[in-house]
Amino acid sequence: MPQAPKVDALIVGFGWTGAILAQELTDAGLNVLAVERGDWVDTATDFATTFAQDELRYYWRKELFQRPAHETLTVRNNVAETALPMRQLGSFLPGVGVGGAGVHWNGQTWRFLPSDFVARSHNIERYGKAAVPDDMTIQDWGVSYQELEPYYDKFEYLCGVSGKAGNLNGAIQPGGDPFEGPRSREYPNPPLEMPYAPTLFAQAATSLGHHPFPHPASNLSRAYTNPLGVQMGPCTYCGFCEKYGCGNYSKSSAQTTILPVLMRKPNFTLKTNCEALKLNLAPDGKSVSSVTLADANGQTYDQPAELVILSAYVLHNVRLLLLSGVGKPYDPKTGEGIIGKNYAYQITSSVRFTFDDKILNPFIGAGALGMMMNDYNGDNFDHTGLGFIGGGYIGVLQTGARPIETLFDPGDLTAWGADWKKKTARDYLKTFFIATHGAVMSHRGNYLDLDPTYRDVFGRPLMRMTFDYTDNEHRMSDYLTDRAVEIAHAMNPREVKPKYRKGSWDVVPYQTTHNTGGAIMGTDPKSSALNKYLQMWDVPNLFVMGSTAFPQQPGYNPTGTVAALAYHAAEAIKSQYLKAPGQPLVQA
Amino acid sequence: MNRPRALALAAAVAGLAMTAPGAGQPVAPPATPAVNPQVEEGRYLAALGDCESCHDRPGGQKLAGGLPLNTPFGVIYSANITPDRDTGIGAWSEADFYRAMHEGRNNHNAHLYPAFPYAYFTRMSRAEVDAIRAYLMAQPAVSYRPRANRLPFPLSIRALVGVWNWLYFKPGDFQPAAGQSAAWNRGAYIVEGPGHCGACHTPKTFLGGDKQQQALQGGQLDNWFAPDLNGDARGGLADWTTADIVEFLKTGRNARSSASGSMSDVIVHSTSQMNDGDLAAVATYLKSLPAAKAAAPAPAAPDPAAMQAGAALYLDNCAACHRADGAGVPREFPPLKGNSNVQTGNPTTVDRFILSGTESTATDARPTPLAMPSFAWKLTDAEIADVATYIRNSWGNAAPPVSAGDVAKLRGKVAAHPVRKPSEKA
Repeated sequence: MPQAPKVDALIVGFGWTGAILAQELTDAGLNVLAVERGDWVDTATDFATTFAQDELRYYWRKELFQRPAHETLTVRNNVAETALPMRQLGSFLPGVGVGGAGVHWNGQTWRFLPSDFVARSHNIERYGKAAVPDDMTIQDWGVSYQELEPYYDKFEYLCGVSGKAGNLNGAIQPGGDPFEGPRSREYPNPPLEMPYAPTLFAQAATSLGHHPFPHPASNLSRAYTNPLGVQMGPCTYCGFCEKYGCGNYSKSSAQTTILPVLMRKPNFTLKTNCEALKLNLAPDGKSVSSVTLADANGQTYDQPAELVILSAYVLHNVRLLLLSGVGKPYDPKTGEGIIGKNYAYQITSSVRFTFDDKILNPFIGAGALGMMMNDYNGDNFDHTGLGFIGGGYIGVLQTGARPIETLFDPGDLTAWGADWKKKTARDYLKTFFIATHGAVMSHRGNYLDLDPTYRDVFGRPLMRMTFDYTDNEHRMSDYLTDRAVEIAHAMNPREVKPKYRKGSWDVVPYQTTHNTGGAIMGTDPKSSALNKYLQMWDVPNLFVMGSTAFPQQPGYNPTGTVAALAYHAAEAIKSQYLKAPGQPLVQA
Repeated sequence: MNRPRALALAAAVAGLAMTAPGAGQPVAPPATPAVNPQVEEGRYLAALGDCESCHDRPGGQKLAGGLPLNTPFGVIYSANITPDRDTGIGAWSEADFYRAMHEGRNNHNAHLYPAFPYAYFTRMSRAEVDAIRAYLMAQPAVSYRPRANRLPFPLSIRALVGVWNWLYFKPGDFQPAAGQSAAWNRGAYIVEGPGHCGACHTPKTFLGGDKQQQALQGGQLDNWFAPDLNGDARGGLADWTTADIVEFLKTGRNARSSASGSMSDVIVHSTSQMNDGDLAAVATYLKSLPAAKAAAPAPAAPDPAAMQAGAALYLDNCAACHRADGAGVPREFPPLKGNSNVQTGNPTTVDRFILSGTESTATDARPTPLAMPSFAWKLTDAEIADVATYIRNSWGNAAPPVSAGDVAKLRGKVAAHPVRKPSEKA
């Protein structure tokens, strides 16, 4: 097989974390090559304002998402079932192309709670050993909120997050989230202008003693120049963030925050339409010597590198490790092995409320525009006697009631005909939803491995996902939904219709693209794949970015933490690893 | 083509071309070569003269020429000015090179076409021209022969340039004006000499010579209108401060405007490389220029129907970036209120922006290539005329209306900013 000249660092997958690592490592003087299997994607070419708001193209025809015909995965709820390939995307929407899923995200930019990083020890300490059943395989992360705080901050200033601090260096701030961990400074931009429905929610929640605050948003409340000198525009509240690229340079993505600077650097090269097929271990198995790549014509070659960064989507990172025989695959029967372990997700529910007398203008929107409360997230409330641990946020998120998507499935209204039209016309402007967004604790039976039957275009086995919600998730989600119903009633609408999340996880309806785990981080190589710097314990020149590292999924959207972990890893590579290449940064 | 895409495509094509030293160690900076002061002076003067804007072609090697220049008389391809002996200027002596820069003749004493702006470069001294040559000779030699010019007979006869020279060419070094400051004289030298600003900004006679009486009053070329640089209200620089001019030339944008068209190349290759003293000098000189034209009578109030239609189109298509009040977002989305490009008597540039879209110039100071999309496929000629008329006559702006015919004449001549169609995705 042909060999390309060796590079200092090879970055596999070019979304948020690939761009962050490329920016940081080129700053350190390394010669960096990034490969991305999708196309070059930029605002002006791919989602200019003249056509960005095209529901058919971008959502229904899934322009910005992974193509199942190229690669998909097989899915089942438990080991007794035979997994079948997902032939249409549904529950989650991995991205493809430069910028990855960070192009079509909402911009919801959270920090996890300090207690989230010590979920196992914290819950056992507060509620006793029985609070964490044997099959609940949660663990501490090996990194603390305090360690990550400077890197959360760095990402928030890169993105120009719009928000209001609730805890500045330990001092609780009015108008912010009083439950958040202490932050070192205020958000770089003030909150977005708040529309009517979230305002009504916040009033009702406050009347019940809760603590609502504006959602931290990577949708910009004003023009902003970030610390790299990249300029972003003010959000226009057009309502096309989620599942869309932003045509106004108002939503943070690799394109709008990093690439204008990174692409000018002479020590950076990006190859698009270039797919990583396999990591090749050195004969001693202790380092990755090269990565087998396929170019746009399907020509394969080996790309040697001193340092390899896996920064593809979480599922693809895990699959590449499994396909390459890096690390020991997890076996749910014995609980041994590590790659594929602790796959987790998110559990969501909603409560619909409809007024007779209030016009809510739901078409106004931005991806992270809304009022949220964390009174029932993480361990912010006493779980004694509740039968579950963890929690989630509750709030009204006004992402924009896009006409086809919003009216296609109008709750319990008949889905067509004169009656449907009449009710839609009557209720579209007066209906809204309270959302709940809950944690998923990892479980012995939820994992990722290679499918024994189905293969991709290159003939490689597909990933197989085995996942279902457990009693912990259902109890927790029902509890959150009950709280949301109370708040909905406090708004005094005509009608309140809760939609609890019942039964097994269903791959069909869209829920969230918050897949996590599979190569988790921790303090011990026996129970984790990565150390606190996302470095493979066994293979020190390999770092694995992304929510791949999450030992379980807290009640928040993951991107803020994904980016903070990436910056934390990049700093360790720059300040420690490069002084002694090939050495572990944490002694096992 | 913007740089990120160019890089991405180049990278995709280049395949295995990456080389890198190292064992995971930071790359040591290359040993600094001994600095030759004449070469360094030449490098700076070459930037002042903006050599690369014409002598680099897309995808070509630096200074190897071959860029087609669309003149009203035909297509002229820029020369290879690398030190290659056969295809470049490697065989030219210092005297040959000086004669080209000073007299517009090549090493065989034949006339060069005045698309090469020797009428401006002649203001440079012999020592400066020698320094530019020293810089060029220090660059890598590239063997590349540009295509032959496509000029109709009799313009293909170089000797005819002698007539043009007799009419329009006054050779000679720059003469400082007594009684003006050093900064003013330096600015005048750059503008009238190496910077060759008038090559675009001065209107041309039917023979392509500068209308000297209308220096820097704005010129149309290659379907752009290069605006008035005098102190005229509306279309000129009356509202710009010296700081505005410096910022624009250094970064490609300021609170009032954003560079586009050929000026983007000028910013990237020339003005962004200029030192602060020279930028201030240029601004000092330009701000000293009085209004060149008598204040135009206020144009007649535009057709209310066009204004009403334009207002609605503006709200739907433009206001998200340029804002409902036309104030824009300074240094990101240019304000239309008070914008001189919007209010020029000649509407070519504003019509072209709407038809083609445009992209901000990326510089080290302002690396973000913020873009405006093409509306050619979305708006009819009449709609573009209405919205152009609207922005030229709102928020205190005033300029003659744009007709659908104006837009129709431009449509088809200008390329739209590329977009990816859905079918292009696998």
